[in-house]
Amino acid sequence: MITTPNDTEIRIERLFDAPRNLVFRAYTDPKLVSQWMGPRKYKMTIEQMDVRPGGRWHFTHIDTDGTKYGFHGEFREIVRPERIVQTWNFEGMPGESLQTVLFEEHNGRTTVKSIVKFENKEHRDGMLASNMESGLNEGYDRLDDLLRTPH
Amino acid sequence: MNSDTLSATFQAVADPTRRTILARLAQGEATVQELAEPLPISQPAVSKHLKVLERAGLIERRREAQRRWCRLQARPLREVAVWATEFQQYWDESFERLDELLEEEKKRGRNEKTP
Repeated sequence: MITTPNDTEIRIERLFDAPRNLVFRAYTDPKLVSQWMGPRKYKMTIEQMDVRPGGRWHFTHIDTDGTKYGFHGEFREIVRPERIVQTWNFEGMPGESLQTVLFEEHNGRTTVKSIVKFENKEHRDGMLASNMESGLNEGYDRLDDLLRTPH
Repeated sequence: MNSDTLSATFQAVADPTRRTILARLAQGEATVQELAEPLPISQPAVSKHLKVLERAGLIERRREAQRRWCRLQARPLREVAVWATEFQQYWDESFERLDELLEEEKKRGRNEKTP
């Protein structure tokens, strides 16, 4: 579930049927991260993943046509198995965002809450373009198709 | 993906008045006067917004018989829309894969405990 609680944030919440030790490991062990992060069609390479405060991370998605999408940032806080705070840069896009990921366990299942904070509203809206979605009307069919969420 | 184009598009659509103008132009070409009419701001203020939209490549302007016409340009918006949809799809698909990975890891954990 993706929501926008204020002007500069995106929140993503998801329940996983696994204990949080395991979910936390899936987020922090490069061998596991490369098995789930990003669309299946991308090949993923993790250039760096130094999971400790001040440690850098860098990974690249490679599309089927060879196009590369690079992401990098820095880990700010690591509290096992509860919390990860890290910065995100999408190479080629303006702005840096700060992501806080919280892991909460109930009855052996884990809720992952991800709060992504952008520098300003423009960057957030650029990422989400949610306001544009409601601002444009049905008359604009081709765009409408593209904006439709996969749910 | 051209990041300059994307930044300009993001900035252009971040303003509610400009989104109203774009929504109106999505229905078809309109004169500056027609665009200004329903808006609670002066025509010079509307012209300013139109300039921003034009610089971002979101609209095209032309003059005809003393009237100034505006029309929507689809391409930059489509680039942003593709990007926004991809953001959601990115996480949806990632989480589905994570579900599968967690199942495998749970099975592996059980197998290791019962040799």
